[in-house]
Amino acid sequence: MSGLPTYHALKVDAVKCIGCTHCMKSCPTEAIRVIDGLAVIDHERCVYCGQCHRACPTRAFYVEQDDLEMIRSFKYRVILFPSIMIGQFPEKYSEDQIYAGLKKVGFTHVYEVEQPMQVLIDSVNEVLEDQDTHKPAISIYCPAIVRLIQGRYPSLTENLILRKAPHNLAAHFAIEQLIEEGARREEIGLFYATPCIAKIAAVKSPVGERESIVDGVVNMNQLYNEVMKVIADGDVEDNSIQRENLSAEGITWSLTRGESCHFGSRSIAIDGIHNAVRFLERLENDQVHGIDFIEMRACDQSCAGGILLTGNRFMTVERLERRAKRYPAAKDIAQTTIRVDTGALKQKLILDPIKPKPHFIFGKDRVKAMEKMNKAQRIVCFLPGIDCGSCGAPNCHALAEDMVNNKAKMSDCIYLQQMWVDEGRIKAEKAFLNVQKKWGTDRFKADCNKRGRRNEGF
Amino acid sequence: MDPETQSMKLTFNIHGGDFTHAGQPSSEVKKVLKQLGIDGKTIKGIVIALYEAEVNVVAHAWKGTVEVEIDETKITIIVHDEGPGIPDIELAMQAGYSTASKKVREMGFGAGMGLPNMKKNTDELIIESEVDKGTTVKMINYFL
Repeated sequence: MSGLPTYHALKVDAVKCIGCTHCMKSCPTEAIRVIDGLAVIDHERCVYCGQCHRACPTRAFYVEQDDLEMIRSFKYRVILFPSIMIGQFPEKYSEDQIYAGLKKVGFTHVYEVEQPMQVLIDSVNEVLEDQDTHKPAISIYCPAIVRLIQGRYPSLTENLILRKAPHNLAAHFAIEQLIEEGARREEIGLFYATPCIAKIAAVKSPVGERESIVDGVVNMNQLYNEVMKVIADGDVEDNSIQRENLSAEGITWSLTRGESCHFGSRSIAIDGIHNAVRFLERLENDQVHGIDFIEMRACDQSCAGGILLTGNRFMTVERLERRAKRYPAAKDIAQTTIRVDTGALKQKLILDPIKPKPHFIFGKDRVKAMEKMNKAQRIVCFLPGIDCGSCGAPNCHALAEDMVNNKAKMSDCIYLQQMWVDEGRIKAEKAFLNVQKKWGTDRFKADCNKRGRRNEGF
Repeated sequence: MDPETQSMKLTFNIHGGDFTHAGQPSSEVKKVLKQLGIDGKTIKGIVIALYEAEVNVVAHAWKGTVEVEIDETKITIIVHDEGPGIPDIELAMQAGYSTASKKVREMGFGAGMGLPNMKKNTDELIIESEVDKGTTVKMINYFL
């Protein structure tokens, strides 16, 4: 296990957050509560899927990233990015123009992470052929899925394939190649352009790795903007040598079915976090039989739907599929082109075992936990079951659980309060104060320019 | 409630022929056991056994109920159905023995592994059955 603390890249901007319930309602692990009119993330439960970021009408969720200036302290400045980055740019820009743009931004070497792909394909196949592998084997490609499994489906951690993701493959590969060219390890700075929050956490505090191999992370949308500032549409230098290990498989790897089509005699590909939740539920109940390999990604259209992308996800998919047709198959790329020792590279892809981290437990003492759960069950009987979110919890059941954990109280339910007012048990003024405390004093004033209105996006 | 005998009770109804919703009780029970911090392996066994029992009711019987009681040391599950009953329980316990209809088999159920699977995944299994009346299955699993 990694000794690194878990890195929380996802933050809420207290000025922008208007304390609505969109994020809280979209969260697959019920990790968000609205407290004092602001969304608060429980980082123990959060799997970094980015649903809240997507759902937020005021863009209050933001993703921390490293200062791009930090790259200057290295002699060799390597940008590692998944192929979907290329799919973001309008067709009028060639691959070389994009590569040249990245160099203008300040990088000395440009590596798409999905290379040399055959090394990873062979390595995963070795796992699948091993008699001791738990089937169906699940890919660790999407870090949000790994965290979801660790937290919510702990018994399935043993099905995870202990082979690193493409960004590690490319990082090791880039280091080997640069050392071959005469660079010293400490002169090389590796930077990863990330399509999502989950990958940031995975790069900064990796699961099943002892330390992070990457020196910094750049958000893909920011890098896109930086490149667009400097990109030239005229003649640029030929950078195709940096793509000589890129294959058709590599280019489509981050798309849905990009992995599953290569593995096992029967495989399944699932995209979208809520689809993944439903499927994992079945899998954990032992209701899925005969499947060898499962590819599972948190975003719809996999990484093409990553929250830090600029382009439309469907157009990105189409561009990459078309681009892949121009590239050779991974197995046809000669060893002489790869230049580094693929056996040693393969060895570096092995992960340490991934441990479960169940986060739904009501406490260590079973009797007390049962007492709490019974209590929560009785509380649920009194709640209206509307799941409106006005209490600051995503649904009535979650509110009941928060209550028994001393994180909420009965009067947080606006309907119960209303009933108590009606029965004369509390004063109307007191009830309104309670609501104001939760949602802010300005919340209920008339405001025709209210931010976060439902139709603002149209 | 007396804290010395703290326990939880859950009840579910099962409808014969409704394969779409088979698995709901086992999912609910699983969620509760997870929240209690029961270890994954034990949960898995319980869920597999309960799911098999549910599918048996759906595939063979007209309707049934699941009653679950959880206390500090164990989970007791009683699945009761109104249905054709099992004429020869010993025979039904043999792996591969099945009376499931062709239709049920085509849906991927009825491979004759239900009762053997339940036996394998429970600490105690008691089956009582009366032909043309119904079957009651009692399963007990102890926590670690």
